[in-house]
Amino acid sequence: MNSSAPFWRWLWMVVIAVPIAVFIVWANITNPRQFVSTLLNGVTLAALYFLVASGFTLVFGLMRNVNLAHGSLYLFGAYMGWVVGDATENWFLAIAAGFASAALVGFLLQISVFRFMQGQELRQTMVTIGISIVLADLMLWWFGGEIYSFDPPRAIFKSMPMLVVNKYPTYRVVVLGVAIVIGLVLWWFLNRTRVGMMIRAGVDDRNMLAASGVNVQRVFAITFAIGAGLAGFAGVIGGTALSISPGEDTRYLMASLVVVIVGGMGSIPGAAVGALLIGLAEQFGLAYAPTYGVVFTFVIMVLVLAFRPTGILGRRTA
Amino acid sequence: MSAAQWRRAMNSGAGRNAWARPTGASAASPATVARAASAPPAGASVAFGEAIGAIKFRHVVVLLAVLIYPWVATPFFTYQIGGQALALGLIALSLTFLGGYGGMVSLAQMATAGVAGYMVAIFGIAGEAQGGASSLGWPWWIAVPIGIAFATLFATFVGWLSVRTEGIYTIMITLAIGVSFYYLVQQNYSIFGGHEGFNEVHAPIVLGVNFSHAIPYYYLALFWALAGYFFIKYLLRAPFGVALQGVRENARRMNALGFDVTAHRIAAYSIAGVLAGIGGVLMVWYNGRISPGTVGTGPMLDILIIAVLGGMRHPIGPFIGAILFVLVQNFAIDIIARERFNLVIGVVFLSIVLFSPDGLLGLWGYVRTRLQAGSVQLKLRGRNVG
Amino acid sequence: MRGTRIGWLGSAIGTALLAAAVSGPASAQDTIKIGALTNLEGPFAVPGLDGHRGVDLAVKLHNGMAGGKKIQILKYSSDATPDKAVAATRKAVEQDKVDIMIGPLSGDEGIAVKNYSKTHPEMVFVNGSSGAQATTLQDPSPNFYRFNTEGAQWMVGLGELALAKGYKKMWLVAEDYGFPYSQVQGFMASYCAKGGHVVKKAWVPLGTKDYSSIISGIPSDVDALLVVLGGADAVNFLNQAEQAGIDKPFIGGSITVDQTVLNYRGKKRESLLGTASAGPMADGIDTPAWKKFVADYKANFKDGFPSPSLFAYLYYINTQAVLLGLDAVNGDLSNKQEKLKAALAKLEFDGPAGHIKLDENRNAIGDTFITEVAKAPDGSFFNKVTHVVHDVSETLGLSKAEFQKMGLGNRDVPSCP
Repeated sequence: MNSSAPFWRWLWMVVIAVPIAVFIVWANITNPRQFVSTLLNGVTLAALYFLVASGFTLVFGLMRNVNLAHGSLYLFGAYMGWVVGDATENWFLAIAAGFASAALVGFLLQISVFRFMQGQELRQTMVTIGISIVLADLMLWWFGGEIYSFDPPRAIFKSMPMLVVNKYPTYRVVVLGVAIVIGLVLWWFLNRTRVGMMIRAGVDDRNMLAASGVNVQRVFAITFAIGAGLAGFAGVIGGTALSISPGEDTRYLMASLVVVIVGGMGSIPGAAVGALLIGLAEQFGLAYAPTYGVVFTFVIMVLVLAFRPTGILGRRTA
Repeated sequence: MSAAQWRRAMNSGAGRNAWARPTGASAASPATVARAASAPPAGASVAFGEAIGAIKFRHVVVLLAVLIYPWVATPFFTYQIGGQALALGLIALSLTFLGGYGGMVSLAQMATAGVAGYMVAIFGIAGEAQGGASSLGWPWWIAVPIGIAFATLFATFVGWLSVRTEGIYTIMITLAIGVSFYYLVQQNYSIFGGHEGFNEVHAPIVLGVNFSHAIPYYYLALFWALAGYFFIKYLLRAPFGVALQGVRENARRMNALGFDVTAHRIAAYSIAGVLAGIGGVLMVWYNGRISPGTVGTGPMLDILIIAVLGGMRHPIGPFIGAILFVLVQNFAIDIIARERFNLVIGVVFLSIVLFSPDGLLGLWGYVRTRLQAGSVQLKLRGRNVG
Repeated sequence: MRGTRIGWLGSAIGTALLAAAVSGPASAQDTIKIGALTNLEGPFAVPGLDGHRGVDLAVKLHNGMAGGKKIQILKYSSDATPDKAVAATRKAVEQDKVDIMIGPLSGDEGIAVKNYSKTHPEMVFVNGSSGAQATTLQDPSPNFYRFNTEGAQWMVGLGELALAKGYKKMWLVAEDYGFPYSQVQGFMASYCAKGGHVVKKAWVPLGTKDYSSIISGIPSDVDALLVVLGGADAVNFLNQAEQAGIDKPFIGGSITVDQTVLNYRGKKRESLLGTASAGPMADGIDTPAWKKFVADYKANFKDGFPSPSLFAYLYYINTQAVLLGLDAVNGDLSNKQEKLKAALAKLEFDGPAGHIKLDENRNAIGDTFITEVAKAPDGSFFNKVTHVVHDVSETLGLSKAEFQKMGLGNRDVPSCP
């Protein structure tokens, strides 16, 4: 696929890059304030998408498990976080609870269900679809259809001064910071810790990892717990930025899916690139072409797949 | 030599991705594929003869039952249970064909059916729509072929896009394609009528028979369901079907044998597209209308649920799944609280994928085996006591 | 081997189906069966449940009898898609043989059920809470009755209020489908005619949750914002607007500042106080009839909302109309329910929130309440009535010709930039 002549690659880059460049110039001349704030909105939305998608891609990378219940874990973590936050009136405890509760569910799922269907990728996917249907209805039953809203510290929940756009919501900048920190922590965890290196080794060659005497099941369970926990963590972070209500599960599942398909399944940097692309496309679509903005996201995905079937930073899987 | 032996002998990981794997005669190994394919054109007629010869007493009983069904059932049961199950079953059959025999689980089958349904509304006759969308008002015998042609084209496009990716990626890409189709029809008012869609899209009156009435509609759906069923049964024994199953088992080896794997896969998508398209036309006539809600994420997953519920290793599976699904959907509210309908569906689906990967067909086989084993044990025990 | 299995299974299922199909429930002559269709699944599951409460309350307050016959309510559910609404209605009518059908809940469902009602001209269909204009303005069905006013009627009078407050230029955000189109038309019809300008309309696709880029597109020179969003979307928009430092006054649609939005689970936002909106009812109506309705609702449904929602109210009045109609004809449903149809067409009654009568398309002419958000002594928020517009017609106070010239609301109609 990549052996095509440089000419074609150049042609495609021109076809894609020139209109974007023209748009940027036009938008900056007509209304720089809107352009810059849309840019900021896109980047900060991408930060949230990265938080959700990083867990999804981590689990896939190691276990080849396409966890379509990832959105349900997001919503579950958000609800649990809300319950704890409401009881303790501490937003930071809510975040911890969101991570811990979703991680626990993920851990239990791995050791009680997915362990027994290793390698049966399609069946695992079907099971996760079933789990997502059941979880969605259980949560609707328990929490009702009401809207839940978090109560973060006042200091991070107002507007702050910003160049060009004058005022910008502080919290969105906080989300961006959190995403960068989580990205760095993940990098450190995967590259500098023993478990992290085992996970990376597993991503490269599962059989070899098992053969070298590592308890693979333990590595799998830890990875699934971390992946699920990231979803629950993102649930509280995202639920604070907006609100929590039924239906958020499918929304964030779709977002994670598109992000990792575009970025490359199983790659953390890929999730970051994909999130950035999708977040920007979504916000620019909404600001400049609201009618078909939602379709843009999917067009990008189709284009990426047509030229790089494994995503921008994806590797061919064995 | 069975497929399993083949795999052992060659010590390969083939079939690892294939979950719904047929057993017995219909299983294909590259060797049988090569044999079947190297014997044209006799292969086709032999397969056809086999299909005819396979008709047994039980087939006649089922056929008679579905034929006399509308004369003993109420119009409601004929239309909403029978007719709907047949239409949904036909769409799910296209997924069973792709997933069970081609190893490609596509969630875009409802979108494909939706393309056909929308085209029938757009080119055919529909009521006044919102925001400037209007149907061209062409007669059904032009609109329907156009609809099915568009569905086939759409399915081919989906296939072309998704066969570049492998195994597990397919399910996600087709899900995303389905969702983007949903957003497209929801946002576009000038052609697709936006959120409200098209109302009053009725089945035609042909030679005095009004196909929107219960009994004519039922027979129309039954005809196409049977046609689809026998076509797939025939196709699975024809060289193309055998080759497709070979591709599912081991694409690399099929490639080495000189088969164009990509072309076979895309062709499978196109064939499934025709089936889904016919199902889509039946669906839009059944509902008498079409709107984004008809092709949303819920209905997309419903098709998968139906196929998995029935079992993906035999073309009768989706129809059995559809009957169960439609019955639960209509009568759950009378038995348990409607509020928890999704919980019931979810638990049933989850139990089936967890404990009986081959759906109701697999479950039936399991129960039968246990029953036989149980009766043997009883006899043995009786002898001991005696 | 395998084939045998399948054959047996097929015939077993076939037999079961036949058995189920032949037996149908018999209906007693001294009971009238009414089907009630709302949503118990999908996005409106929670309001749908409250709709069922409205039906139950109306029957209970009528002592479970109407026209000398016992009333039996059969419950049905859809998931807000028209397909499911028609399927559930068909089951009620053709399988369970209900005498009268009440429902559905949302606009597009209403249009689909109205079309279905034409295939059963022998019985009466009454709306539940759906409020699409096209249901009764485009190709109406002779046996479909709507005793509630619809989305556009609910906003009449709000345009004048905005002008009175000095809002000459406005910006609006609304979801991109039928119901908000109607609401916006109800507002703009008079607002534009009397000199107001809506400089930009932000139609957001259904499912949009992050409104930040929509908010950054608000022009700095507008006087106020019209926000026609509901539920979680409204909460998200208001939260984000507050964070972005938007300090312009809001005007809300009929579901923008209802009870679910005002009293969501979390810390209350004082910035909502004073927000004006309009609708066919309001929590703060100060009449004995409304207070009795709220008291009855609270007494009967311990698990309900703090006060009846819009959906409970709409289902209540439609059910009440059916029961009153049955009283008027002494429960006589003979001759294709002709007597009941005639009685319903000329029925006038005082509901909990004002007088209701029907126009020639069988759509309600009723009151619209202009409200603003206020704080109750216990700290909860409610909508205080500031003004009542009486006898709002479906042509929004315009003549028929004028209304037809404008057409039904959509993305571009009406327009006054």
